[in-house]
Amino acid sequence: MNHWIIAPIVLPALVAPLIVLALRYDLLLQRVASLAACAGLLGLAVGLIAMAGEGPPQAYLLGDWPAPFGIVLVLDRLSAMMVLLTALLGLGVAGYAAGSGWDTRGRHFHALLQFQLMGLCGAFLTGDLFNLFVFFEVLLIASYGLMLHGGGAARLKAGVHYIVANLAGSTLFLFAVGAIYAATGTLNMADLAVKAGSATAENADLLRVGGLLLLAVFALKAALVPLHFWLPTAYAAAPAPSAALFAVMTKVGAYSVLRVYTLIFGAEAGSSAWLAADWLIPAALVTLAVGAVGVLGARRLGALVCFSVVASMGTVMAGVGLFTERSAAAAMFYMAHSTLAAAALFLIVELVSERRTRGDRIAPAPQMRHGELVGGFFMVAAIAMAGLPPLGGFLGKLMVLDAARADPAVWWIWAVVLTGSLVMVVGFARAGSVLFWRVEGEPAEGLSKPANAPLWATGAALAALAALTVWAGPVTGYMEAAAAQLHAPQDYVDAVLGAQTVAARALP
Amino acid sequence: MTLALIALTPFLGALLPALMIRTGRNACAVTAGGVTLFALILLLVEAPAVWRGEVLLQRVDWMPGLGLNATFMLDGLGLFFAGLILGIGLLVILYARFYLDRDDPMGRFYSYLLLFQGAMVGIVLSDNVLMLLIFWELTSLSSFLLIGYWRHAPEGRQGARMALAVTGMGGLAMIGGMLILGDIAGSYDLSVILTKGEAIQASPLYLPALLLILLGCFTKSAQFPFHFWLPHAMAAPTPVSAYLHSATMVKAGIFLMARLWPALSGTPEWFYIVSTTGLVTMVIAAVIALFKDDLKALLAFSTVSHLGLITMLLGFGTPMAATAAVFHILNHATFKAALFMSAGIVDHAAHTRDIRRLGGLRRLMPATFWVATIAALSMAGAPLLNGFLSKEMMLEEAVHTPWLGLGWPIPLLATVGALFSAAYSFRLIGHVFLGPQRDDYPAAPHDPGPGLLAAPALLVAGVVAIGLAPAMVAGGLVNLVADAVTGGAAEPVKLKIWHGLTLALAMSAVALVGGYLLLARYADAVARWRRAGVFAAKPVFDALIALLAALAERGTSALHAGTLPRALGALCVALLAMGFAGWGEGALAGSRETLTPPLIALAPWALLIGTCLAAARMHHDRLMMVLLTSVVGLVVSLGFVYLSAPDLALTQISVEVVTTVLMLLALNFLPKDSPDETGPMLRTAQAGLALVAGLGAAALSYAVMTRDGPTISEFHVAQSYPGGGGTNVVNVILVDFRGFDTFGEIIVLAIAALGIYALLDGALRGPSLGRVISWVPDQERSKDRHPMMLVVATRFLLPVSLVVGLFILLRGHNQPGGGFIAGLVVAIALVMQYVASGYAWTAQRRPMDHHGMIGLGVLVAGLTGAGAWLADRPFLTSAYGYVTLPPLEKFELATAMAFDLGVFLTVVGAVLLALENLSRVARFAEQPGPDEPMDVDPSAEPRTAQEKG
Repeated sequence: MNHWIIAPIVLPALVAPLIVLALRYDLLLQRVASLAACAGLLGLAVGLIAMAGEGPPQAYLLGDWPAPFGIVLVLDRLSAMMVLLTALLGLGVAGYAAGSGWDTRGRHFHALLQFQLMGLCGAFLTGDLFNLFVFFEVLLIASYGLMLHGGGAARLKAGVHYIVANLAGSTLFLFAVGAIYAATGTLNMADLAVKAGSATAENADLLRVGGLLLLAVFALKAALVPLHFWLPTAYAAAPAPSAALFAVMTKVGAYSVLRVYTLIFGAEAGSSAWLAADWLIPAALVTLAVGAVGVLGARRLGALVCFSVVASMGTVMAGVGLFTERSAAAAMFYMAHSTLAAAALFLIVELVSERRTRGDRIAPAPQMRHGELVGGFFMVAAIAMAGLPPLGGFLGKLMVLDAARADPAVWWIWAVVLTGSLVMVVGFARAGSVLFWRVEGEPAEGLSKPANAPLWATGAALAALAALTVWAGPVTGYMEAAAAQLHAPQDYVDAVLGAQTVAARALP
Repeated sequence: MTLALIALTPFLGALLPALMIRTGRNACAVTAGGVTLFALILLLVEAPAVWRGEVLLQRVDWMPGLGLNATFMLDGLGLFFAGLILGIGLLVILYARFYLDRDDPMGRFYSYLLLFQGAMVGIVLSDNVLMLLIFWELTSLSSFLLIGYWRHAPEGRQGARMALAVTGMGGLAMIGGMLILGDIAGSYDLSVILTKGEAIQASPLYLPALLLILLGCFTKSAQFPFHFWLPHAMAAPTPVSAYLHSATMVKAGIFLMARLWPALSGTPEWFYIVSTTGLVTMVIAAVIALFKDDLKALLAFSTVSHLGLITMLLGFGTPMAATAAVFHILNHATFKAALFMSAGIVDHAAHTRDIRRLGGLRRLMPATFWVATIAALSMAGAPLLNGFLSKEMMLEEAVHTPWLGLGWPIPLLATVGALFSAAYSFRLIGHVFLGPQRDDYPAAPHDPGPGLLAAPALLVAGVVAIGLAPAMVAGGLVNLVADAVTGGAAEPVKLKIWHGLTLALAMSAVALVGGYLLLARYADAVARWRRAGVFAAKPVFDALIALLAALAERGTSALHAGTLPRALGALCVALLAMGFAGWGEGALAGSRETLTPPLIALAPWALLIGTCLAAARMHHDRLMMVLLTSVVGLVVSLGFVYLSAPDLALTQISVEVVTTVLMLLALNFLPKDSPDETGPMLRTAQAGLALVAGLGAAALSYAVMTRDGPTISEFHVAQSYPGGGGTNVVNVILVDFRGFDTFGEIIVLAIAALGIYALLDGALRGPSLGRVISWVPDQERSKDRHPMMLVVATRFLLPVSLVVGLFILLRGHNQPGGGFIAGLVVAIALVMQYVASGYAWTAQRRPMDHHGMIGLGVLVAGLTGAGAWLADRPFLTSAYGYVTLPPLEKFELATAMAFDLGVFLTVVGAVLLALENLSRVARFAEQPGPDEPMDVDPSAEPRTAQEKG
């Protein structure tokens, strides 16, 4: 039994209570523990990537109960990749929060951060539908705490919307899981993959409805239009480090769709086969359009970045929704890229708003400190997000466009993706030229001298983007293998249902 | 690796000027020049092989899966363009050193310039069209930075954005075009695509691919109707205009048309689209150029016009026309760059570029005069200069190219274009340098130092050299390049000055004489032009973008206003749509036998429905809502009891108690009723939607409950005792089979409590603390804060409850109970102490901080799970055994109990932390009063809002 598989969940799950129990009066120790845990998580994630690259998926039978009766975790290339992405982001956010002093503006930042990371890793590793629900809850509640970190009326107000919309999603998740359980009698995803194909006519209808309700839950998490309303207000109000971390939260939705609708509702699912395909492409394209238009119309940089995140989810889900191996690889690459780009942009919003007298409002203001550097950062991040060359956003879009070739909706996809890029380019160029070029008035006196750590953190995020671009070949090679694994669900099923318990159990 | 290095050198070198500026402007310029020179030398090293007719290829795999590889190719065309880019680049760097002001950030300038240079060299050396696209867009981006270089100038910012929007659009269209092209050809490598011309032209996707690619080329090379961005790009510093917007970047579109010439040209579509666009652009831009008063604007439109000329030639699709195009590219680059630099010199010296304010500079700036005049004459097409030669070739081709079967349109329009071209060239000479000297120049004009003059003078030397000895100076190069463009179809031509008395010569003469005559009557012409009222593109473009942005803003804020009801409404609609679409044909009811409900079950059912109706009716009264919600919870627990699920019932009822207490505490600070949120219409619609959604949920529940089949819980029932060591299946599921879920859920609880703490702690700091302190209770407070009966009763009950809690915790594995319920029971007992005896009294007596309790609980549960690793078992594997400890009977010990202890601690800690924080807020908000138990003071007046306020 490969215990490393569960380590990314257990490590933060133990560090967080330790911080609460023993370190809550000493910020320095909290920072050390949190950063060390994040570094450890990153190490674990790299190790898992290596393990996942070795071959077929591996299952971890929690409590030593045989599948499908207990809970299983499953490591495959996709989940390892998502854990790595989480760990990278987590380390950056922990460093940023400590360096910028954000963690002093409220209580329990590091504990909440660790719990959040635990929820993310859990969601990516679990092979059980109900357990996925549990991790969604962990994520939701921890992110709510992180979102409100630092307090303030605007945050509280946006927070209510965030929590209510997402609790509605959680309730819906229970309905969906209930329906699926009623139709199949199981919660284990691999077992579901087997049972979905052999569902009786009576149960098939229920299974399909359950599957579609579940799709709505994931679409809500992924902020697909028309279920995206919570995102712009919530992310714009969130503190910068939290928002940067939330860049990966929408990807939980995308990941779940990718996992569930290839494994359970994939080719072998009988009347539920490729259940999500018809719904996702139109929704993704509308999402892209709404996001791009929002970028063009934004009056604040924060809102602009939020809508660019919505648009990026449109592109991701277009890749996901095509449900081919190529498109899955494209979606994964774009997902990794847009996560880092969004995180960088959220940090830039903070850099801008604490250096300008007019905050992040897109209107002329006096020269800001480090204007040259921040402007350069913004340009690079904007290029990344709008999908212009040479950064990965362009490569990712190219992959999505390329993968769409065989689809009947190819012209729609191409038109919307390319036009969306253009609209975003115009929006970003307008915002950037006003924010960084249109300097009016005398430099402000009143602003306090900002810390330098945020500049480093942003630079690191952009460097990660550049690295992703330079090593796009090996990275996409890994992702193509991950996509191939995704489209060979039998290996996953065999790994889970064939996993041996350590102790010989007298089974019925 | 040389080819890749040539393209990469400027990119890597782009860092240097930004750093070297620290040592001074000369060092900065020399570094930039050095980088360019290095790249140029690398190119020249490879040149001999190309000259011999070889095509050099280099390949570095980047994303082989996508077909995007760093593949470089060097043939005649690439060599020609790369040489042009690097050679003129060198001159521009020299020129810019003396052009830029001391205040201008020079390091940034050279860095951007080198970025551009790298991108441009990348375009012409790419063998892979996807990589070409990358470099293509990079030129747009670096051009954006260079046009906006003077950030304080609004024209610069607007021009930069316009250029980016237009060329960016073209670039995105080209992505589509290249993807199609690659699909047809089966490869993204040019070396393959260029050999598949027939297959490409036969494909049904040829036309879309052609249109999309041409859209990219036309926007980049400023062809009508996308020409309007180029004049506004002239807000850039003059070296940039000379380099990007005349000599190189705007030729990228032309380069690509030349590059893809073997694959795409030769069809009627190609001919009509490309040559017509070029012809129209040539004529229109030449006419506009004549009437521009800004020197750079004149040159900009003349550039557009000449680009149109080259485009037209490429559009003809004949090898000879392609040769002419290549020759004109070379000539135009030399004379136009020289002219831009001269314009910059004039601007520098006279502090204006307005032709109306200039004139008579000949004697004041003699050297500049000669440079500009020779270049302008070449542009006009005067004999013995290089512009004449390529124009002759163009006219020659125009003469025998019919358009829609007619012989005259192309020669006629080409002559008109040449005529206007001559006219504006003469105007440049006549109105700027000739004429009487004036005494109202904004500054005293004078010739610049050799630094500024060197670059244009060198270019003009080239103009003359090619003009006088074309075959010797440029012949070999032109033939080599034409050969590369046409894929070997071009006959080698002998460039010569005298072709005999041809029709082209006559047309040329007509153009020159006509141009001179037109200029002689310039005042007349201007008046006519003014009357005609020309259409200006910039206001339209600006208005369009502003309109789109305003619409985007309006639309976005309209869509996202008042979002919570809308979000939930959208969710309901989406769910209903998906649910109905998903169901299919089958019947709702499943095949399971249904039970007949006994009469007794109907009462709570009716109660439930009544409560829900009442809640809908009375939802404004928040207190009532809390109570009604708890009624629902109680009915649910009754349901659990009826269905023989004591664990669930116990949990449900204790959760109800705890949440109701906490909600009431929180409600203390909230308004007691909620306002009408929406108007009657919307409310009716929302009610309807809610009703339908509710029916949908009911239908789904019905479908779920009428189905039955084998489930995994049969295993749980069977294995509970033999495998999990407990006879209470529910508890074994919670702590063992699905202990990991429980672990997650207690973490949720812990986070929630920590979140409440963080949230309320924030409320007690900063500005909100003031609001809390000045808060006025909206309800009268009881005089009897700690009723004696309650105090006594709760203190008496406390030990009993604790024992019950412990009992429930311990027996949980085998009987109804467990850590969760036990935690709730104990928490309720402690909550009652707070309620009865007050916060201070209870807080003094708590054994442990609640944070600590939560942390300890999660840690205990987590470590119990991890303990299994010691036995090399997976996380949360349980073990149990039986122990006999006299005088007790034999009893069971299971690791699950430690896990359950963690659950217990977390639950108690979380509930109490939440309670404690609500009380803390209350202590700040309420006036400090007696806070001791049994502190009844009947004599005290009831405190009212007035007193406190």
